[in-house]
Amino acid sequence: MTGLRGWLVRRLLLGAVQIAAVVLLVFALTEALPGDAATSLAGDQPDPARIAAIRAEMELDRPAHQRLLDWAAGLLHGDLGTSLVSGRPVTTYLGDGFGPTLLLASLTLALLVPIALGLGVLVASRAGGRTDRLIASVTLGVYAVPEFALGVLLVTVFALRLDWLPPTAVGYGTDLLDHPAVLVLPVLVLLSRPVCSLSRLVRAGMIDALAAPHAAQARRYGLSETRVRYAHALPNAIAPAAQQLARTVDWLLCGVIVVEALFVIPGLGTVLMNGVAERDLPVVQGLAVVFGVIAVVLNLAADLVARRFSPRTEVAA
Amino acid sequence: MTHTPDNERHPGLHRRGFLAATGGLGIGIGALAVTGCGDSGSGTAESGTKGGKPQRGGRLRAAFAGGGASETLDPHLGNLFADAARAKALFDKLADFGADLSPRPRLAARWEPNAALDRWTITLRQAEFHDGRPVTAEDVLYSYRRIADPKKAFRAKASLEPIDLDASRATGPRTLEFRLKRPTAEFPNILAAFGAYIVPKGSGEKGEFDRRPIGSGPFRFESFAPGRSAVFRRNEEYWDGAPYLDELEFVVANEESARINALLGGQIEYAHELNPTTARAHQDGGRIEIVRLRNSAMQAFAMKTDRAPFDDKRVREAFFLIADRKELIDGALSGAGEIGNDLFGKGYTYYADGLPQREQDLDRARHLLKKAGAEDLRITLDTSDVAAGFTEAAGIFRDQAAKAGVRIKVRTGSKDSYWADILDSGTLCCYRSGAMPIESHISQRLLTDSTTNATHWRHKDFDALYQQAQSTRDDQRRAALYERMQRRLHAEGGFLVWGFADWIVGTARTVRGVERQAPANTLDWARFDKVWLATA
Repeated sequence: MTGLRGWLVRRLLLGAVQIAAVVLLVFALTEALPGDAATSLAGDQPDPARIAAIRAEMELDRPAHQRLLDWAAGLLHGDLGTSLVSGRPVTTYLGDGFGPTLLLASLTLALLVPIALGLGVLVASRAGGRTDRLIASVTLGVYAVPEFALGVLLVTVFALRLDWLPPTAVGYGTDLLDHPAVLVLPVLVLLSRPVCSLSRLVRAGMIDALAAPHAAQARRYGLSETRVRYAHALPNAIAPAAQQLARTVDWLLCGVIVVEALFVIPGLGTVLMNGVAERDLPVVQGLAVVFGVIAVVLNLAADLVARRFSPRTEVAA
Repeated sequence: MTHTPDNERHPGLHRRGFLAATGGLGIGIGALAVTGCGDSGSGTAESGTKGGKPQRGGRLRAAFAGGGASETLDPHLGNLFADAARAKALFDKLADFGADLSPRPRLAARWEPNAALDRWTITLRQAEFHDGRPVTAEDVLYSYRRIADPKKAFRAKASLEPIDLDASRATGPRTLEFRLKRPTAEFPNILAAFGAYIVPKGSGEKGEFDRRPIGSGPFRFESFAPGRSAVFRRNEEYWDGAPYLDELEFVVANEESARINALLGGQIEYAHELNPTTARAHQDGGRIEIVRLRNSAMQAFAMKTDRAPFDDKRVREAFFLIADRKELIDGALSGAGEIGNDLFGKGYTYYADGLPQREQDLDRARHLLKKAGAEDLRITLDTSDVAAGFTEAAGIFRDQAAKAGVRIKVRTGSKDSYWADILDSGTLCCYRSGAMPIESHISQRLLTDSTTNATHWRHKDFDALYQQAQSTRDDQRRAALYERMQRRLHAEGGFLVWGFADWIVGTARTVRGVERQAPANTLDWARFDKVWLATA
């Protein structure tokens, strides 16, 4: 296991470096945007004296590297700082927004994995058949629709026309779980594209694995086709899918931003949009750290899964 | 934003977003602005003042674009329409604006100037804060001093600048004397300024307004979750009559599509700021009411008058003549507005409505450009999706200018810093403004020392006319001075005012008492103490 441990340590160190790089990059990009929190706050009343006063009040008149260092020093004590705009701790922003976003993401993932695997395996066993072609064209078609358009379409049909589901989550606050109907459309929108990409990946992996020598060997031993499919081929197909799944997580975040805006769910995507618009650096930085950690941990977990199921395929550290 | 009360920001303080605030995934952070011209909005007039006898009860949910988790209930910090609507439910100002943007008494029952117009005696009406304390002169002075704190940057600070707060004093429990730095005939406009709310003496410690704001307004505080919802309940003791609604809830929905969907789905009863296309689709649909607040937002192109080519007034006049205003209204505002005549404040007090309406005249425009030596003019027009219709207006105007031989290049800038960016840089930009008195428009934007002078209009003689108006007691003589100022602006000013946009609000069919003659930012706009829910 030392090999695994050494690999883990290396990966964790790399992850820390990646997070630091993300934070630096986000800081630099936000700084590079035209205007700062003071101009954003001044809005349509950009009286230079007023902007200067706001800037002084926010201590934005200090050099950028100094502000970054102060923030980083706080981070080492687990302090993410306070919002420039409201003066409230960044952790409250993250805490308030985390629940709804986590709920959306975990529901999506919980449905995504079985659906994508099931679809992938189903069509792989009928490769080239009518079902395969039908599902391939449907998944390609759905994949091509942007989330925003799909969301608008679903709301129009299922909420406004048929009146089956609520059009938005307005008024439900954060108790979304008490109102499951509210979650149906957002999760459908979030699922739409990852299901398509993932099931296509599983299908390709399965077809390769079923045609591989070890599957043929298993058949020669007289194992049932079902057993070959699920015990011998699927694990090999899972490795690339798991890694792809980890990569869809960051992209799930983009979907979350769209879905939160469309359905008025006040989660992390909303916090990020507002944070960027307000040039509220501490808030944006705090989110960068959180997203960075999540991405690193998930990719690490995916690589672990890949190593476990498919030790022969060399997983790059 | 987003923008804004005063100008349209959408967002304002918050603003927002990296997608357009119309159509796309925008976050309105932004923030932005009818007047009594006599014609009420189209559509069935079920709401408005008709609708039968008011009845008490119910909860009204109103959706606004808001500021996310950074929102605050501090009435002096407000910047967005959502902030203004919430502040007006909890707090009162001394005065507020009628549909013609003239000041109406609120907490101040009377105001009396001295002969020189630089001392004003204010008599307060009898009113109580939500905790039972009376509203006193001391509370008023405390509130204004808080706004004017030199270390802070409260929005209303610039409006209160004419007041010498150190020399002003309470002369009794409900009387106070404001001493001004100079004669100010229209001092009551200051009392009605955006954000000049009266709070109890000593209030406003860090975060206090978000935990338990105490005001004198028609609703009391119930609960607040920044960026999500604020719940208020009826103030039975309100001096202007208790509201009909039991409860009022403000919810935040930054996407226009989310606001209209929630309204159509019965999740809310009032949706602020809808797109013209949405309004058209539901105008006669019967599921919801569309309320058009006319003359709410001036739409303009601002020319920098201190630099080439616009330092030549012939070029400015040529640009006035290039604009096909009807086409701009139809294209950029989907027809939801009326044409402008290069002057701010159509339908407001002192508006010079006697001046001839400017029409497109490309031949004369070409002739003027030639005389000014600017036949092959190339110019950059700055725009941004900070406000609905901006990018469309820029494209349409570019094509109109091409017919006069002017080549315009449209440059799209960041919406979050747009207003600051266009203040001093560039030569030509899209501009808009919410409702305010014509006096405020001039003092904030058209005097040598104005803080937001986007057209760089700096003329001593013009300044003198304004000062003269502020020293003139007689209304008619003052109106004549405003007429002179406006003639000048109409002839050679820097604002090409092509239109006035409707401000569009949607309500459920059960909502009654929504005032239609109320440009955004005026007293009756987003006013929920006079609204009731009819039993459907």
